[in-house]
Amino acid sequence: MRIINRKPSRLTALALGLLPFAATVIAYSVASHYRRLDNPADKLLPSLDSMAAAFWRMATVPDRRSGDLLLWLDTFDSLWRLGTGMAVSTVLALSLGIAIGFIPHVRSALAPYLATFSLIPPITILPILFITFGLGELAKIALIVIGTAPVMIRSMAQAVLDIPREMIIKAETLGASVWQMVTRLVLPQLLPRLITALRLGLVPAWIFLISAEAIASTSGLGYRIFLVRRYLAMDVILPYVVWITLLGFLLDLLLLQASRRLFRWAHQGVDAL
Amino acid sequence: MLKSIAKATLLAAALSLPLSLTPAKAEVKTDFKVCWSIYVGWMPWGYLQDSGLMKKWADKYGISVEIVQINDYVESINQYTAGEYDGCSMTNMDALSIPAGGGVDTTALIVGDYSNGNDGIILKDKTELADIKGQTVNLVELSVSHYLLARALDTVGLSEQDLTVVNTSDADMIAAYQTDDVTAVVTWNPLLSEIEAQPNATKVFDSAGIPGEIIDIMMVNTETLADNPDFGKALTGAWYELMAIMSSDSDEGVAARTAMAEASGTDLAGYDAQLATTKMFFTPEDAVAFTKSAEMPKTMKFVAEFLFEKGILGEGAPSPEFVGVSFPDGSVYGDAANVKLKFDPSFMTMAADGTL
Repeated sequence: MRIINRKPSRLTALALGLLPFAATVIAYSVASHYRRLDNPADKLLPSLDSMAAAFWRMATVPDRRSGDLLLWLDTFDSLWRLGTGMAVSTVLALSLGIAIGFIPHVRSALAPYLATFSLIPPITILPILFITFGLGELAKIALIVIGTAPVMIRSMAQAVLDIPREMIIKAETLGASVWQMVTRLVLPQLLPRLITALRLGLVPAWIFLISAEAIASTSGLGYRIFLVRRYLAMDVILPYVVWITLLGFLLDLLLLQASRRLFRWAHQGVDAL
Repeated sequence: MLKSIAKATLLAAALSLPLSLTPAKAEVKTDFKVCWSIYVGWMPWGYLQDSGLMKKWADKYGISVEIVQINDYVESINQYTAGEYDGCSMTNMDALSIPAGGGVDTTALIVGDYSNGNDGIILKDKTELADIKGQTVNLVELSVSHYLLARALDTVGLSEQDLTVVNTSDADMIAAYQTDDVTAVVTWNPLLSEIEAQPNATKVFDSAGIPGEIIDIMMVNTETLADNPDFGKALTGAWYELMAIMSSDSDEGVAARTAMAEASGTDLAGYDAQLATTKMFFTPEDAVAFTKSAEMPKTMKFVAEFLFEKGILGEGAPSPEFVGVSFPDGSVYGDAANVKLKFDPSFMTMAADGTL
């Protein structure tokens, strides 16, 4: 049988999936072991034990300076910024995406501008963002929105354009107004695509969140990482990275499951990652 | 399945090998690498490499020394701590918290200068240090700026609880100052003079108020130095030859300072202005005297206590005395069994005696 037709059993698939993770952990442990043979206090690749201890300390021992449980404070603040930013992006993507995709005049006016705007790397115009939005929460959320909204709007507009023309003609024949077509035809077609756009948008959103927190902040996952980097506390940084990855993975999974539940028709018969 | 696990493990081990090798291991060798980052007192390191002075001294001892500039200060210290470099320019405070705190035995080879106004606190629309109470203060947290703030607050009977510290990247400090919510910043030159030039800015405290506490030093790996004294001799010899040139008003001295000014993105006048707020030790005698002074142990005690209070000495640190610091007279601050930072003026003394 050709290799493209040989499918792994569920168990093999699971084992194959875990393999790269196990290999990473083993590679890390080996490297860490040899570095610590040389210098038991090595900071670059701390032992798994010391990382677990550091994570436990961040999660359960109140900070000496502020009395907060740092991990939860950081997680809450970061998720709040991420959530607010993505909510704004989602609203923008839906409203502007439908307007651009559905109304040719709006498309002519906004599509070229948006295509250009989405190419500006937001980090390069940071000083302008600071002066416009200040240095507080607003600037961080604005950075996330500027980093994610243009691409999400474009993908929503494309999703509107992808709706089969026949369906729109049919709706018009049946006498639907524009508003009726938006709410009854476009929106239901768009929602599963919106979740896909949101899932893809979360990747840059995390990057912009961490960058924003690195620049000026008093809390947050990115803030902590860049703060303790000053004394090479990899025992705090690495568990935080794993934690961020886990949060990202769970958010993605949640959205995928929601989409499968709510829009079962959009998930039929196609393999999706 | 099993085979693939075995293969993957082998591959993983192979991939992790480079990480586990520490190049700066104690052994006799002939090729050395030191790193530095942009700062008024460290610009000579770049010039040493470019002008060929370093090569001249390295050749004299039959070794090679490469001086590498790293754009990010903290990253340069991290690279040194990880073993990538044999030496690195850094402050006394960062030397204690990063390499020494991370178990890398480190020696202060060349005490180059101390900040004498190069770090400062600027308030917007206020003119007294005590006005800082209740404000949000933008600075690079856990850096010498943070230390300066803590020392400054002591002088007016305030503590960090009286204000809110916002960690702000030094790269964005000047832009941050333009915004309305930023009313107080602590930073260093050349950013400091840039911000001070704004019409509503007043410098209310600077490092001239705590002279000799923020010290800029070429730190080297103690084991490497012990096994290769020629490495220390070549670095020290090259450094003080350049210091003599640099401090003179001869054409050669002006040319050297101009080159350093250009490398730090300013002109000769701008660089001389920064040098004016830096107490450079142009002669090895001055550097040796300063290193041997009775102030040094006191300063390191302040620094160790500050680092401990901020939780920077590591979670295994039960007290500020966790990491030992040894001084030229043989005295030790902190744990004598865990001395990881050594002030050793012997190479600078050789330079003073002209025996290099």
